[in-house]
Amino acid sequence: MASLKELRNRIASVKATQKITKAMQMVAAAKLRRAQMAAEAARPYAERMDAILANIAGKVAGQPGAPALLGGTGKDDVHLLLVCTAERGLCGAFNSSIARLARDRANALMAAGKTVKIICVGRKGYDILRRTFAKNIIDVIDLRTVRTLGYENAQEIAQKVVARYEAGEFDICTLFYSRFKSVIAQIPTAQQIIPPQLPEAKAETAAGTNTPVYEYEPEEDEILAELLPTNLATQIFRALLENAASEQGARMSAMDSATRNAGDMIRKQTITYNRTRQAMITKELIEIISGAEAL
Amino acid sequence: MASFQFELVAPAKLLFSGEVDEVIVPGAEGEFTVLANHAPLVSTLRPGILTVKAGGDVKRLYVRGGFAEVSEKGLTVLAEDATAVEDVNMTEFAASVSAYEAKLASAPSEEARYKMAETLFQLKAVQAQLGGGSHAAH
Repeated sequence: MASLKELRNRIASVKATQKITKAMQMVAAAKLRRAQMAAEAARPYAERMDAILANIAGKVAGQPGAPALLGGTGKDDVHLLLVCTAERGLCGAFNSSIARLARDRANALMAAGKTVKIICVGRKGYDILRRTFAKNIIDVIDLRTVRTLGYENAQEIAQKVVARYEAGEFDICTLFYSRFKSVIAQIPTAQQIIPPQLPEAKAETAAGTNTPVYEYEPEEDEILAELLPTNLATQIFRALLENAASEQGARMSAMDSATRNAGDMIRKQTITYNRTRQAMITKELIEIISGAEAL
Repeated sequence: MASFQFELVAPAKLLFSGEVDEVIVPGAEGEFTVLANHAPLVSTLRPGILTVKAGGDVKRLYVRGGFAEVSEKGLTVLAEDATAVEDVNMTEFAASVSAYEAKLASAPSEEARYKMAETLFQLKAVQAQLGGGSHAAH
């Protein structure tokens, strides 16, 4: 049986851990609120962008000479997976569930004979994926130094992706991130961004005649040439913000259960400690009494 | 005067949403004014000054890059960057202009250089406009 001092030390160390997890939970809660607000504030831009793009794309799609960013290259041999994860751990299954989704997709694609390339945004995803896909990872984008996510960060990533696309390095790009549903539910999501999926555009053209006829200034293709990269940046920006909110949510619930676990452990160890203490007192008393009786 | 719905949206947030009388938009192919019941239009923006008139109020904003869409619902401007003219930091702006100038010198192709030179020209025009505005105020 452990000595009293050992037990005391163990309880103290669990208490210290509990303080840390408690603090992390509170910090995550505060950050979550901010991240959620940022994600909500970014929504109108993305929605308007979708609407405009759907409108123009509905008109141009299907025509020959549509830009490659919209219509695709016509092949699907090389897939690029853009995997967005967090920079920090201790947030439950957040990073690993995104990585798992990406890994399953990559394995399925490779089994089908496609080439897979991976760009990791965030260090944690890279740490997980490099074990199995070291030779598929073509780039790692580190956002560790970024304190508040700005649109510029997303723009930078989008530029890199577009440059690779124009160089013919891949045919289809899929974005992996975690959609923020609620504090306890984050849904790892795969979204194809090149060529973009535009369900609304299809619905509108099917509905037919009552869409207004727009004037374009300059021509449609010139607008599209500018709109598509911007849309890509917007999608990435949205994914990053959703991810940030999800990360804090996941961390909050992970730290909440860690704090509760620590509490349970302290309770159990305190009982053991008290039992041991009482046993020692009893033992000492017996020793004294039996010593006196022997006289 | 008939008013219409105007929305100015930046990637990070919704900057303005409300009823206005008149908006002057710096379109890629020249400025245009949007009044109520304007025909549906989609245009790209060049760096420039967006003027919003609502009631007797006139607001001027510096916008950079983005799109304007006029539909029956009103005008939506998606700007990558938008700042009220009073809040534009002139030294920072001058620094960004000269940074752009340096980038122009190392442009990879003739076509890119042409495009960048045009943007630079527009940036300088805005700079002159902004500078002129602040001098007049003193």
